[in-house]
Amino acid sequence: MITAERKPLEEIIEYIKPYKRILLLGCNECVTVCAAGGRKEVGLLASGLQLAMLKSGSSIEIREHTLERQCDPEYVEELVPMIGSEEAILSMACGCGVQQLATRFKDKPVFPALNTKFMGGSLSQGVWDERCKGCGDCLLGLTGGICPIAKCAKQLMNGPCGGSTDGKCEISDDVECAWQLIWNRLKALGQEDRFLDIMPAKDWRSGGGGGPRKIIREDLAE
Amino acid sequence: MENFEPVIVAFCCHYCAYTAADMAGSQRLPYPSNVKIIRVPCSGKVDALHITKAFEKGADGVYVAGCLDGDCHFKNGNDKAAKLVTYVQNYLEEIGLEPERLEMVRISAGMGDRFALIATEITEKIRKLGPSPIKTVAA
Repeated sequence: MITAERKPLEEIIEYIKPYKRILLLGCNECVTVCAAGGRKEVGLLASGLQLAMLKSGSSIEIREHTLERQCDPEYVEELVPMIGSEEAILSMACGCGVQQLATRFKDKPVFPALNTKFMGGSLSQGVWDERCKGCGDCLLGLTGGICPIAKCAKQLMNGPCGGSTDGKCEISDDVECAWQLIWNRLKALGQEDRFLDIMPAKDWRSGGGGGPRKIIREDLAE
Repeated sequence: MENFEPVIVAFCCHYCAYTAADMAGSQRLPYPSNVKIIRVPCSGKVDALHITKAFEKGADGVYVAGCLDGDCHFKNGNDKAAKLVTYVQNYLEEIGLEPERLEMVRISAGMGDRFALIATEITEKIRKLGPSPIKTVAA
């Protein structure tokens, strides 16, 4: 999923200060799962903004709504009959959702309430870690299901660097060395030989180095 | 300010603090009428939104009262509540409200005297802090 965290309240208030009526829009997908921008978080942010505004002696009308998905035009279209007197939209979706809104509602300012972080998974309740960089050419089949692009600070392709000590990365004791993890995993699978295969330099064009990426499925596209 | 009577909302767990409040009543122990009790099935059921809404509606102070360490009827709802309270205290600070206006306390069902004492202490603490800036503005 795409993970995100709420921006500091001060920054959000700075965005919406000029407006009297806003639409605060959540998303039922990834940001709900990572407890950053679902219906619950929309309610809590609306209440926090209301309190902060009251404290500063101003007032704001906040309409709360949560879409099934903010990154799909079909769902964003639902907003068309709803949006009336709201002067701006504050989105609690990831950057994809915010941009979808900005594209659809050209005359409304759209602001992000979240900082989109990374593609990750849940380690345990309330803890998420980065798993994928979206490099566009998945290597997991060669590395025992552990990604050296997402999990190695240097994104090394052929074994660990000299900074790997006792399975930890030199950047922090909290960070495990990805290549140590890969080695342990290959060993457990009896595939140690894989470690000796030299991986060629990665072509980063598929990872964003060739400009913004797009997928077109000819059989589905209209 | 001299006549300020704070409004305090206490979210009390059915299995401990709420029963302790009953106990305080049976024992004829006085505690300030400023404390408005909301019974919850477990302190872990209290949501951040319940707390912020209480402040929005004019509360000067809020506390969540759960069971003693290790005594939660639902295993660890009281510990979850304690974490939530810390989280909301930080949020209140961001909003510009004193985090001291929110507190987590632990009381067992038999501690009527402790319930009365905590209610009195928190009322006095909030009285010293003064009215919530939200209420002052709203009024």
